[in-house]
Amino acid sequence: MIISVASGKGGTGKTTIATNLALSLKQTQFIDCDVEEPNANIFFKAKIDERKDVTVEIPIIDDEKCDYCGKCSQFCTYNALAVVPSKVLVFPELCHSCRGCGLVCPKSAISWGKRSVGTIEHGVVDGVDFYHGLLHVGEIQTIPVIKALKKKIDKTKNVILDAPPGTSCPVIETVGISDYCILVTEPTPFGLHDLKLAVEVVKQLKIPFGVIINRDGVGDKKVEHFCQSEKITILLKIPHSTEIAHLYSKGIAFACELKEWDDEFKNLFHKIQEEIKK
Amino acid sequence: MKQITVISGKGGTGKTSVTAAFASLSTNAVLADCDVDAADLHLILKPKIKKTIGFHGLKIASIDKETCIDCKKCYTNCRFDAIDEDINLIKESCEGCGVCEYVCPVDAIKMVDRDSGFSYISETRFGPMAHAKLNTSEEASGKLVTEVREQAKKIAEEKNKDLIIIDGPPGIGCPVISAISGVDLVLIVTEPTLSAIHDLERILGVTEHFNIPSIVCINKFDINSENTQKIKDYCKDNDISVVGLLPYDTVVTDAMVQEKTVIEYSKGVLSDNLLNMWNKIKKKMDL
Repeated sequence: MIISVASGKGGTGKTTIATNLALSLKQTQFIDCDVEEPNANIFFKAKIDERKDVTVEIPIIDDEKCDYCGKCSQFCTYNALAVVPSKVLVFPELCHSCRGCGLVCPKSAISWGKRSVGTIEHGVVDGVDFYHGLLHVGEIQTIPVIKALKKKIDKTKNVILDAPPGTSCPVIETVGISDYCILVTEPTPFGLHDLKLAVEVVKQLKIPFGVIINRDGVGDKKVEHFCQSEKITILLKIPHSTEIAHLYSKGIAFACELKEWDDEFKNLFHKIQEEIKK
Repeated sequence: MKQITVISGKGGTGKTSVTAAFASLSTNAVLADCDVDAADLHLILKPKIKKTIGFHGLKIASIDKETCIDCKKCYTNCRFDAIDEDINLIKESCEGCGVCEYVCPVDAIKMVDRDSGFSYISETRFGPMAHAKLNTSEEASGKLVTEVREQAKKIAEEKNKDLIIIDGPPGIGCPVISAISGVDLVLIVTEPTLSAIHDLERILGVTEHFNIPSIVCINKFDINSENTQKIKDYCKDNDISVVGLLPYDTVVTDAMVQEKTVIEYSKGVLSDNLLNMWNKIKKKMDL
Protein backbone atom coordinates (compact mmCIF):
# COMPACT_ATOMS: atom_id res chain seq x y z
CA MET A 1 0.00 0.00 0.00
CA ILE A 2 1.25 3.48 -0.88
CA ILE A 3 0.25 6.28 1.53
CA SER A 4 1.01 9.90 0.63
CA VAL A 5 1.12 12.70 3.20
CA ALA A 6 0.23 16.14 1.80
CA SER A 7 -1.15 19.45 3.06
CA GLY A 8 -1.65 22.47 0.80
CA LYS A 9 -0.26 24.83 3.43
CA GLY A 10 3.38 24.40 4.36
CA GLY A 11 4.54 23.76 7.91
CA THR A 12 1.41 21.99 9.14
CA GLY A 13 3.26 18.80 10.09
CA LYS A 14 3.49 16.57 6.99
CA THR A 15 6.99 15.39 7.77
CA THR A 16 6.15 14.94 11.47
CA ILE A 17 3.22 12.64 10.65
CA ALA A 18 5.03 10.79 7.87
CA THR A 19 8.21 10.06 9.87
CA ASN A 20 6.36 9.06 13.05
CA LEU A 21 4.09 6.74 11.07
CA ALA A 22 7.06 5.09 9.35
CA LEU A 23 9.02 4.63 12.59
CA SER A 24 6.00 3.15 14.39
CA LEU A 25 5.36 0.62 11.62
CA LYS A 26 8.96 -0.47 10.88
CA GLN A 27 9.53 -2.52 7.72
CA THR A 28 8.35 0.35 5.57
CA GLN A 29 9.73 2.26 2.67
CA PHE A 30 9.84 6.03 3.11
CA ILE A 31 10.33 8.44 0.22
CA ASP A 32 10.71 12.18 0.88
CA CYS A 33 9.36 13.78 -2.31
CA ASP A 34 9.78 17.38 -1.13
CA VAL A 35 12.92 17.72 -3.23
CA GLU A 36 13.12 21.49 -2.75
CA GLU A 37 13.31 21.31 1.04
CA PRO A 38 13.62 17.67 2.18
CA ASN A 39 13.52 17.42 5.98
CA ALA A 40 12.66 13.81 6.78
CA ASN A 41 16.25 12.69 7.26
CA ILE A 42 16.65 15.22 10.06
CA PHE A 43 14.35 12.83 11.98
CA PHE A 44 15.56 9.48 10.58
CA LYS A 45 19.29 10.31 10.62
CA ALA A 46 19.86 7.51 8.08
CA LYS A 47 23.46 7.05 6.96
CA ILE A 48 23.49 7.60 3.19
CA ASP A 49 24.82 4.47 1.48
CA GLU A 50 23.91 5.22 -2.12
CA ARG A 51 23.82 8.43 -4.15
CA LYS A 52 22.61 8.86 -7.73
CA ASP A 53 22.74 11.84 -10.03
CA VAL A 54 19.43 12.87 -11.68
CA THR A 55 19.97 14.13 -15.20
CA VAL A 56 17.77 15.58 -17.93
CA GLU A 57 18.43 15.69 -21.67
CA ILE A 58 19.50 18.91 -23.33
CA PRO A 59 20.11 19.63 -27.01
CA ILE A 60 23.65 19.84 -28.38
CA ILE A 61 23.95 21.68 -31.68
CA ASP A 62 26.39 20.44 -34.30
CA ASP A 63 27.77 23.67 -35.80
CA GLU A 64 29.04 21.79 -38.86
CA LYS A 65 25.54 20.62 -39.83
CA CYS A 66 23.45 23.61 -38.60
CA ASP A 67 22.50 26.21 -41.22
CA TYR A 68 20.78 28.53 -38.71
CA CYS A 69 17.33 28.13 -40.26
CA GLY A 70 15.75 28.93 -36.89
CA LYS A 71 13.13 26.14 -36.94
CA CYS A 72 14.26 24.79 -33.55
CA SER A 73 13.84 28.11 -31.76
CA GLN A 74 10.46 28.72 -33.46
CA PHE A 75 9.25 25.36 -32.23
CA CYS A 76 10.55 25.61 -28.65
CA THR A 77 7.67 26.76 -26.49
CA TYR A 78 9.99 27.27 -23.50
CA ASN A 79 12.33 29.76 -25.25
CA ALA A 80 15.28 27.49 -24.53
CA LEU A 81 16.85 28.07 -27.95
CA ALA A 82 17.68 31.30 -29.76
CA VAL A 83 19.20 31.51 -33.23
CA VAL A 84 21.42 34.48 -34.05
CA PRO A 85 23.02 34.92 -37.52
CA SER A 86 25.78 32.36 -37.07
CA LYS A 87 25.08 30.70 -33.76
CA VAL A 88 22.41 28.78 -31.87
CA LEU A 89 22.23 29.72 -28.21
CA VAL A 90 20.95 27.03 -25.83
CA PHE A 91 19.53 28.00 -22.40
CA PRO A 92 19.65 24.63 -20.63
CA GLU A 93 17.78 25.73 -17.49
CA LEU A 94 14.69 26.58 -19.58
CA CYS A 95 14.70 23.29 -21.53
CA HIS A 96 11.97 20.75 -20.68
CA SER A 97 13.69 17.94 -22.66
CA CYS A 98 10.74 17.41 -25.03
CA ARG A 99 13.08 16.69 -27.99
CA GLY A 100 10.89 18.83 -30.28
CA CYS A 101 13.88 20.80 -31.59
CA GLY A 102 15.54 17.59 -32.75
CA LEU A 103 12.36 16.49 -34.54
CA VAL A 104 11.97 19.73 -36.49
CA CYS A 105 15.64 20.17 -37.42
CA PRO A 106 15.94 19.58 -41.20
CA LYS A 107 19.71 19.01 -40.99
CA SER A 108 19.74 16.48 -38.12
CA ALA A 109 22.13 18.83 -36.38
CA ILE A 110 20.82 18.15 -32.87
CA SER A 111 21.99 15.39 -30.55
CA TRP A 112 21.41 14.92 -26.82
CA GLY A 113 23.59 15.60 -23.86
CA LYS A 114 22.93 15.32 -20.15
CA ARG A 115 22.54 17.96 -17.48
CA SER A 116 22.39 17.25 -13.75
CA VAL A 117 19.41 18.78 -11.91
CA GLY A 118 19.57 16.97 -8.58
CA THR A 119 20.55 13.83 -6.68
CA ILE A 120 18.67 11.04 -4.97
CA GLU A 121 20.04 9.36 -1.88
CA HIS A 122 19.30 6.11 -0.03
CA GLY A 123 19.85 4.83 3.48
CA VAL A 124 18.39 2.31 5.95
CA VAL A 125 17.44 3.09 9.54
CA ASP A 126 15.34 1.20 12.11
CA GLY A 127 13.80 -1.05 9.46
CA VAL A 128 12.90 1.92 7.26
CA ASP A 129 14.13 1.81 3.67
CA PHE A 130 14.72 5.52 3.12
CA TYR A 131 15.05 7.68 0.00
CA HIS A 132 15.08 11.41 -0.55
CA GLY A 133 15.82 13.73 -3.45
CA LEU A 134 17.69 17.02 -3.48
CA LEU A 135 17.06 19.55 -6.20
CA HIS A 136 20.28 21.44 -6.94
CA VAL A 137 20.25 24.97 -5.53
CA GLY A 138 19.22 27.47 -8.24
CA GLU A 139 17.54 24.74 -10.30
CA ILE A 140 13.82 24.64 -11.26
CA GLN A 141 13.31 21.09 -12.63
CA THR A 142 11.68 19.43 -9.61
CA ILE A 143 9.61 16.89 -11.59
CA PRO A 144 12.54 14.82 -12.98
CA VAL A 145 13.90 14.42 -9.42
CA ILE A 146 10.49 13.28 -8.11
CA LYS A 147 10.16 10.89 -11.08
CA ALA A 148 13.57 9.39 -10.29
CA LEU A 149 12.42 8.83 -6.68
CA LYS A 150 9.16 7.20 -7.79
CA LYS A 151 11.14 4.59 -9.75
CA LYS A 152 12.49 3.38 -6.38
CA ILE A 153 9.05 2.47 -5.02
CA ASP A 154 9.01 -1.12 -3.74
CA LYS A 155 5.39 -2.28 -3.99
CA THR A 156 6.01 -5.33 -1.80
CA LYS A 157 6.34 -2.94 1.15
CA ASN A 158 4.13 -0.36 2.78
CA VAL A 159 5.33 2.87 1.22
CA ILE A 160 5.03 6.36 2.74
CA LEU A 161 5.46 9.36 0.45
CA ASP A 162 6.14 12.74 2.08
CA ALA A 163 4.78 15.31 -0.41
CA PRO A 164 5.86 18.92 -0.98
CA PRO A 165 3.48 21.73 0.07
CA GLY A 166 1.11 23.41 -2.40
CA THR A 167 -1.39 22.10 -4.94
CA SER A 168 0.44 22.21 -8.26
CA CYS A 169 2.57 19.87 -10.36
CA PRO A 170 5.07 18.50 -7.77
CA VAL A 171 2.16 17.59 -5.45
CA ILE A 172 0.19 15.85 -8.23
CA GLU A 173 3.32 13.96 -9.24
CA THR A 174 3.64 12.63 -5.67
CA VAL A 175 0.05 12.10 -4.54
CA GLY A 176 -1.14 10.79 -7.94
CA ILE A 177 0.26 7.28 -7.49
CA SER A 178 -0.81 6.71 -3.89
CA ASP A 179 -3.61 4.41 -2.70
CA TYR A 180 -4.50 6.75 0.14
CA CYS A 181 -3.66 10.33 1.03
CA ILE A 182 -3.36 11.82 4.52
CA LEU A 183 -4.00 15.58 4.49
CA VAL A 184 -2.38 17.33 7.44
CA THR A 185 -3.82 20.66 8.52
CA GLU A 186 -3.98 23.01 11.49
CA PRO A 187 -7.16 24.51 12.96
CA THR A 188 -6.56 28.07 11.71
CA PRO A 189 -8.08 30.13 8.87
CA PHE A 190 -4.91 29.60 6.75
CA GLY A 191 -4.99 25.87 7.49
CA LEU A 192 -8.66 25.59 6.52
CA HIS A 193 -8.31 27.62 3.33
CA ASP A 194 -5.39 25.52 2.07
CA LEU A 195 -7.03 22.27 3.23
CA LYS A 196 -9.98 23.03 0.96
CA LEU A 197 -7.58 23.42 -1.99
CA ALA A 198 -5.85 20.14 -1.11
CA VAL A 199 -9.22 18.36 -0.86
CA GLU A 200 -10.03 19.62 -4.37
CA VAL A 201 -6.79 18.06 -5.64
CA VAL A 202 -7.27 14.60 -4.08
CA LYS A 203 -10.90 14.54 -5.25
CA GLN A 204 -9.79 15.36 -8.80
CA LEU A 205 -7.26 12.55 -8.60
CA LYS A 206 -9.95 10.24 -7.14
CA ILE A 207 -7.73 9.15 -4.26
CA PRO A 208 -9.34 8.19 -0.93
CA PHE A 209 -8.21 10.52 1.85
CA GLY A 210 -8.59 11.54 5.46
CA VAL A 211 -7.51 14.50 7.56
CA ILE A 212 -5.17 14.86 10.54
CA ILE A 213 -5.56 18.01 12.62
CA ASN A 214 -2.22 19.04 14.07
CA ARG A 215 -1.82 21.57 16.93
CA ASP A 216 -5.43 20.94 17.89
CA GLY A 217 -6.61 23.53 20.42
CA VAL A 218 -5.18 26.65 18.77
CA GLY A 219 -7.30 28.76 16.41
CA ASP A 220 -10.94 27.80 15.96
CA LYS A 221 -13.24 24.83 15.23
CA LYS A 222 -13.89 25.57 11.56
CA VAL A 223 -11.66 22.79 10.19
CA GLU A 224 -13.65 20.24 12.19
CA HIS A 225 -16.94 21.70 11.04
CA PHE A 226 -15.75 21.62 7.43
CA CYS A 227 -14.76 17.95 7.70
CA GLN A 228 -18.09 17.04 9.32
CA SER A 229 -20.18 18.83 6.72
CA GLU A 230 -18.13 17.35 3.84
CA LYS A 231 -18.17 13.88 5.48
CA ILE A 232 -14.37 13.73 5.55
CA THR A 233 -12.83 11.31 8.06
CA ILE A 234 -10.73 12.94 10.75
CA LEU A 235 -8.10 10.26 11.29
CA LEU A 236 -6.32 11.81 14.24
CA LYS A 237 -5.96 14.97 16.28
CA ILE A 238 -2.60 15.90 17.72
CA PRO A 239 -2.94 18.47 20.49
CA HIS A 240 -0.93 21.68 20.56
CA SER A 241 1.89 20.76 22.93
CA THR A 242 5.14 22.51 23.79
CA GLU A 243 6.71 19.10 24.49
CA ILE A 244 5.98 17.89 20.94
CA ALA A 245 7.08 21.24 19.46
CA HIS A 246 10.33 21.10 21.40
CA LEU A 247 11.09 17.52 20.28
CA TYR A 248 10.36 18.62 16.71
CA SER A 249 12.74 21.56 16.99
CA LYS A 250 15.52 19.15 17.99
CA GLY A 251 14.81 16.77 15.10
CA ILE A 252 13.27 13.99 17.20
CA ALA A 253 10.24 12.00 16.00
CA PHE A 254 7.98 12.43 19.05
CA ALA A 255 6.47 8.93 19.00
CA CYS A 256 9.96 7.57 19.75
CA GLU A 257 9.95 9.48 23.07
CA LEU A 258 6.28 9.41 24.01
CA LYS A 259 5.23 5.74 24.03
CA GLU A 260 1.46 6.35 23.93
CA TRP A 261 1.93 8.04 20.54
CA ASP A 262 3.72 5.03 19.10
CA ASP A 263 0.46 3.10 19.61
CA GLU A 264 -1.57 5.99 18.17
CA PHE A 265 0.43 5.84 14.93
CA LYS A 266 0.04 2.05 14.73
CA ASN A 267 -3.72 2.59 15.14
CA LEU A 268 -3.62 5.27 12.46
CA PHE A 269 -2.27 2.72 10.00
CA HIS A 270 -5.03 0.22 10.84
CA LYS A 271 -7.63 2.95 10.48
CA ILE A 272 -6.32 3.76 7.00
CA GLN A 273 -6.48 0.07 6.03
CA GLU A 274 -10.13 0.04 7.17
CA GLU A 275 -10.84 3.28 5.27
CA ILE A 276 -9.51 1.80 2.02
CA LYS A 277 -11.74 -1.28 2.38
CA LYS A 278 -14.83 0.96 2.58
CA MET B 1 10.23 52.02 -6.75
CA LYS B 2 11.68 49.22 -4.61
CA GLN B 3 10.69 45.62 -4.01
CA ILE B 4 11.02 43.30 -1.02
CA THR B 5 10.07 39.60 -1.01
CA VAL B 6 9.31 37.63 2.15
CA ILE B 7 10.24 33.94 1.81
CA SER B 8 11.24 31.09 4.12
CA GLY B 9 12.40 27.90 2.44
CA LYS B 10 10.35 25.83 4.89
CA GLY B 11 6.61 26.40 4.84
CA GLY B 12 4.61 27.58 7.83
CA THR B 13 7.27 29.69 9.52
CA GLY B 14 5.12 32.84 9.44
CA LYS B 15 5.78 34.53 6.06
CA THR B 16 2.21 35.65 5.54
CA SER B 17 1.67 36.91 9.10
CA VAL B 18 4.87 38.99 8.82
CA THR B 19 3.88 40.29 5.36
CA ALA B 20 0.43 41.26 6.65
CA ALA B 21 2.04 43.13 9.55
CA PHE B 22 4.24 45.03 7.08
CA ALA B 23 1.14 45.87 5.06
CA SER B 24 -0.36 47.66 8.05
CA LEU B 25 2.94 49.43 8.86
CA SER B 26 3.65 50.63 5.32
CA THR B 27 2.32 53.95 4.15
CA ASN B 28 2.84 53.94 0.40
CA ALA B 29 3.12 50.34 -0.79
CA VAL B 30 1.53 47.84 -3.18
CA LEU B 31 1.00 44.34 -1.76
CA ALA B 32 1.57 41.26 -3.92
CA ASP B 33 0.70 37.70 -2.92
CA CYS B 34 3.04 35.51 -4.97
CA ASP B 35 2.27 32.26 -3.16
CA VAL B 36 -0.17 31.48 -5.96
CA ASP B 37 -0.36 27.78 -5.07
CA ALA B 38 -1.81 28.31 -1.61
CA ALA B 39 -2.46 32.03 -1.31
CA ASP B 40 -3.48 33.14 2.19
CA LEU B 41 -2.71 36.87 2.44
CA HIS B 42 -6.19 37.76 1.18
CA LEU B 43 -7.70 36.07 4.27
CA ILE B 44 -6.25 38.92 6.37
CA LEU B 45 -6.24 41.81 3.91
CA LYS B 46 -9.77 41.11 2.58
CA PRO B 47 -9.16 42.64 -0.85
CA LYS B 48 -12.03 44.06 -2.90
CA ILE B 49 -11.40 42.79 -6.42
CA LYS B 50 -11.41 45.59 -9.01
CA LYS B 51 -10.19 43.64 -12.02
CA THR B 52 -9.94 39.93 -12.89
CA ILE B 53 -7.57 38.73 -15.60
CA GLY B 54 -7.66 35.19 -17.03
CA PHE B 55 -4.36 33.35 -16.87
CA HIS B 56 -3.24 30.81 -19.46
CA GLY B 57 -0.18 28.82 -18.51
CA LEU B 58 1.37 26.31 -20.84
CA LYS B 59 -0.72 25.13 -23.79
CA ILE B 60 -2.34 21.71 -23.69
CA ALA B 61 -2.89 19.05 -26.34
CA SER B 62 -6.40 18.41 -27.59
CA ILE B 63 -6.90 15.09 -29.41
CA ASP B 64 -9.62 14.60 -32.01
CA LYS B 65 -10.37 10.87 -31.73
CA GLU B 66 -12.51 10.90 -34.91
CA THR B 67 -9.56 11.93 -37.06
CA CYS B 68 -6.97 9.84 -35.17
CA ILE B 69 -5.69 6.79 -37.13
CA ASP B 70 -4.11 5.21 -34.05
CA CYS B 71 -0.55 5.30 -35.48
CA LYS B 72 0.70 5.92 -31.91
CA LYS B 73 3.37 8.39 -33.05
CA CYS B 74 2.21 10.86 -30.39
CA TYR B 75 2.39 8.15 -27.73
CA THR B 76 5.92 7.11 -28.65
CA ASN B 77 7.25 10.67 -29.00
CA CYS B 78 5.78 12.23 -25.85
CA ARG B 79 8.58 12.58 -23.29
CA PHE B 80 6.17 13.35 -20.45
CA ASP B 81 4.04 10.18 -20.61
CA ALA B 82 1.07 12.47 -21.15
CA ILE B 83 -0.58 10.28 -23.83
CA ASP B 84 -1.41 6.68 -23.01
CA GLU B 85 -1.34 3.71 -25.39
CA ASP B 86 -5.03 4.14 -26.22
CA ILE B 87 -4.27 7.76 -27.21
CA ASN B 88 -5.95 9.41 -24.25
CA LEU B 89 -4.45 12.61 -22.89
CA ILE B 90 -3.28 12.59 -19.28
CA LYS B 91 -3.96 16.24 -18.60
CA GLU B 92 -1.84 16.58 -15.45
CA SER B 93 1.27 15.32 -17.25
CA CYS B 94 1.08 17.47 -20.41
CA GLU B 95 3.74 20.20 -20.44
CA GLY B 96 2.49 21.80 -23.66
CA CYS B 97 5.60 21.21 -25.80
CA GLY B 98 3.68 20.57 -29.04
CA VAL B 99 5.63 17.47 -30.13
CA CYS B 100 2.44 15.39 -30.49
CA GLU B 101 0.85 18.03 -32.71
CA TYR B 102 4.01 18.06 -34.85
CA VAL B 103 4.34 14.29 -35.32
CA CYS B 104 0.65 13.60 -35.96
CA PRO B 105 0.34 12.71 -39.68
CA VAL B 106 -3.39 13.47 -39.87
CA ASP B 107 -3.61 16.73 -37.87
CA ALA B 108 -5.71 15.12 -35.16
CA ILE B 109 -3.95 17.03 -32.38
CA LYS B 110 -4.10 20.75 -31.75
CA MET B 111 -2.33 22.69 -29.00
CA VAL B 112 -4.92 24.86 -27.28
CA ASP B 113 -4.95 27.46 -24.50
CA ARG B 114 -5.49 26.09 -21.03
CA ASP B 115 -7.39 28.02 -18.39
CA SER B 116 -4.89 27.89 -15.56
CA GLY B 117 -6.28 30.45 -13.15
CA PHE B 118 -6.81 34.15 -12.60
CA SER B 119 -4.84 37.15 -11.49
CA TYR B 120 -6.55 40.00 -9.66
CA ILE B 121 -6.03 43.68 -9.02
CA SER B 122 -7.68 44.72 -5.78
CA GLU B 123 -7.97 47.40 -3.16
CA THR B 124 -7.35 46.74 0.56
CA ARG B 125 -7.51 48.88 3.69
CA PHE B 126 -3.71 49.21 3.40
CA GLY B 127 -3.54 50.05 -0.30
CA PRO B 128 -3.66 48.25 -3.63
CA MET B 129 -2.94 44.54 -3.95
CA ALA B 130 -2.08 42.16 -6.79
CA HIS B 131 -2.87 38.49 -6.25
CA ALA B 132 -3.90 35.34 -8.07
CA LYS B 133 -5.48 31.95 -7.93
CA LEU B 134 -3.83 29.05 -9.72
CA ASN B 135 -6.32 26.31 -10.54
CA THR B 136 -5.48 23.17 -8.57
CA SER B 137 -3.25 20.62 -10.35
CA GLU B 138 -1.91 23.28 -12.72
CA GLU B 139 1.66 23.78 -13.86
CA ALA B 140 3.41 27.06 -14.55
CA SER B 141 2.98 28.66 -11.15
CA GLY B 142 6.28 30.46 -11.83
CA LYS B 143 4.69 32.13 -14.83
CA LEU B 144 1.70 33.25 -12.74
CA VAL B 145 4.05 34.66 -10.08
CA THR B 146 5.71 36.75 -12.80
CA GLU B 147 2.25 37.88 -13.95
CA VAL B 148 1.31 39.03 -10.40
CA ARG B 149 4.59 40.93 -10.10
CA GLU B 150 3.98 42.64 -13.45
CA GLN B 151 0.52 43.76 -12.28
CA ALA B 152 1.95 45.03 -8.99
CA LYS B 153 4.61 47.01 -10.85
CA LYS B 154 2.00 48.56 -13.13
CA ILE B 155 -0.12 49.68 -10.16
CA ALA B 156 2.95 51.04 -8.35
CA GLU B 157 3.86 53.16 -11.38
CA GLU B 158 0.30 54.38 -11.93
CA LYS B 159 -0.25 55.28 -8.29
CA ASN B 160 3.24 56.51 -7.52
CA LYS B 161 3.95 53.93 -4.84
CA ASP B 162 7.52 53.61 -3.64
CA LEU B 163 7.49 49.97 -2.50
CA ILE B 164 6.13 46.55 -3.47
CA ILE B 165 5.84 44.06 -0.61
CA ILE B 166 5.78 40.50 -1.97
CA ASP B 167 4.59 37.46 0.00
CA GLY B 168 6.57 34.59 -1.50
CA PRO B 169 6.00 30.83 -1.79
CA PRO B 170 7.80 28.12 0.22
CA GLY B 171 10.56 25.98 -1.29
CA ILE B 172 13.55 26.84 -3.46
CA GLY B 173 12.26 25.98 -6.96
CA CYS B 174 10.60 27.68 -9.90
CA PRO B 175 7.93 29.82 -8.13
CA VAL B 176 10.43 31.05 -5.52
CA ILE B 177 12.99 32.05 -8.13
CA SER B 178 10.24 33.94 -10.01
CA ALA B 179 9.23 35.71 -6.78
CA ILE B 180 12.75 36.92 -5.89
CA SER B 181 14.42 37.64 -9.23
CA GLY B 182 15.40 41.29 -9.48
CA VAL B 183 14.06 42.42 -6.07
CA ASP B 184 16.05 44.81 -3.88
CA LEU B 185 15.86 42.77 -0.70
CA VAL B 186 14.74 39.32 0.45
CA LEU B 187 13.58 38.76 4.02
CA ILE B 188 13.82 35.13 5.08
CA VAL B 189 11.52 34.17 7.95
CA THR B 190 12.90 31.17 9.78
CA GLU B 191 12.32 29.44 13.14
CA PRO B 192 14.69 27.69 15.56
CA THR B 193 13.97 24.12 14.46
CA LEU B 194 16.51 21.85 12.75
CA SER B 195 14.18 21.54 9.74
CA ALA B 196 13.92 25.30 9.29
CA ILE B 197 17.68 25.75 9.71
CA HIS B 198 18.33 23.11 7.03
CA ASP B 199 15.90 24.89 4.70
CA LEU B 200 17.35 28.32 5.52
CA GLU B 201 20.78 27.17 4.37
CA ARG B 202 19.32 25.96 1.06
CA ILE B 203 17.30 29.12 0.38
CA LEU B 204 20.32 31.30 1.21
CA GLY B 205 22.17 29.26 -1.42
CA VAL B 206 19.52 30.34 -3.92
CA THR B 207 19.62 34.06 -3.03
CA GLU B 208 23.42 33.95 -3.21
CA HIS B 209 23.29 32.14 -6.57
CA PHE B 210 21.13 34.94 -7.97
CA ASN B 211 23.03 37.62 -6.09
CA ILE B 212 20.05 39.04 -4.18
CA PRO B 213 20.70 40.79 -0.84
CA SER B 214 19.11 38.81 2.01
CA ILE B 215 18.31 39.37 5.67
CA VAL B 216 16.87 37.00 8.25
CA CYS B 217 14.15 37.14 10.89
CA ILE B 218 13.84 34.40 13.52
CA ASN B 219 10.19 33.74 14.36
CA LYS B 220 9.29 31.97 17.64
CA PHE B 221 12.93 32.53 18.64
CA ASP B 222 12.17 31.57 22.25
CA ILE B 223 11.00 27.98 21.57
CA ASN B 224 14.60 26.70 21.35
CA SER B 225 17.33 29.11 22.42
CA GLU B 226 20.13 26.75 21.43
CA ASN B 227 18.89 26.61 17.83
CA THR B 228 18.32 30.39 17.79
CA GLN B 229 21.98 30.81 18.68
CA LYS B 230 22.91 28.38 15.88
CA ILE B 231 21.02 30.54 13.36
CA LYS B 232 22.65 33.72 14.67
CA ASP B 233 26.11 32.15 14.42
CA TYR B 234 25.43 30.83 10.94
CA CYS B 235 24.22 34.24 9.75
CA LYS B 236 27.21 35.98 11.34
CA ASP B 237 29.63 33.59 9.62
CA ASN B 238 27.93 34.28 6.31
CA ASP B 239 27.66 38.03 6.77
CA ILE B 240 23.87 38.10 6.84
CA SER B 241 22.10 40.37 9.30
CA VAL B 242 19.40 39.07 11.62
CA VAL B 243 16.97 41.99 11.67
CA GLY B 244 14.27 40.58 13.92
CA LEU B 245 13.61 38.20 16.79
CA LEU B 246 9.91 37.51 17.20
CA PRO B 247 8.67 35.72 20.33
CA TYR B 248 6.16 32.85 20.15
CA ASP B 249 2.77 34.39 20.82
CA THR B 250 -0.77 33.04 20.46
CA VAL B 251 -1.90 36.50 19.26
CA VAL B 252 -0.68 35.48 15.79
CA THR B 253 -3.42 32.83 15.53
CA ASP B 254 -5.94 34.99 17.41
CA ALA B 255 -5.38 37.88 15.00
CA MET B 256 -5.71 35.48 12.03
CA VAL B 257 -9.04 34.19 13.35
CA GLN B 258 -10.24 37.81 13.64
CA GLU B 259 -8.98 38.54 10.08
CA LYS B 260 -6.65 41.21 11.40
CA THR B 261 -2.91 41.82 11.21
CA VAL B 262 -0.94 41.34 14.43
CA ILE B 263 -0.27 45.12 14.47
CA GLU B 264 -4.00 45.89 14.32
CA TYR B 265 -4.90 43.23 16.84
CA SER B 266 -2.39 43.68 19.64
CA LYS B 267 -0.14 46.27 21.22
CA GLY B 268 2.16 43.71 22.83
CA VAL B 269 5.85 42.78 22.58
CA LEU B 270 5.39 41.01 19.25
CA SER B 271 3.95 44.13 17.64
CA ASP B 272 6.82 46.21 19.05
CA ASN B 273 9.37 43.79 17.62
CA LEU B 274 7.64 43.78 14.24
CA LEU B 275 7.69 47.59 14.16
CA ASN B 276 11.34 47.62 15.16
CA MET B 277 12.16 45.17 12.36
CA TRP B 278 10.13 47.18 9.85
CA ASN B 279 12.09 50.34 10.71
CA LYS B 280 15.38 48.49 10.21
CA ILE B 281 14.21 47.23 6.81
CA LYS B 282 13.12 50.72 5.74
CA LYS B 283 16.56 52.01 6.64
CA LYS B 284 18.27 49.21 4.73
CA MET B 285 16.15 49.97 1.68
CA ASP B 286 16.57 53.75 1.92
CA LEU B 287 12.82 54.31 2.24
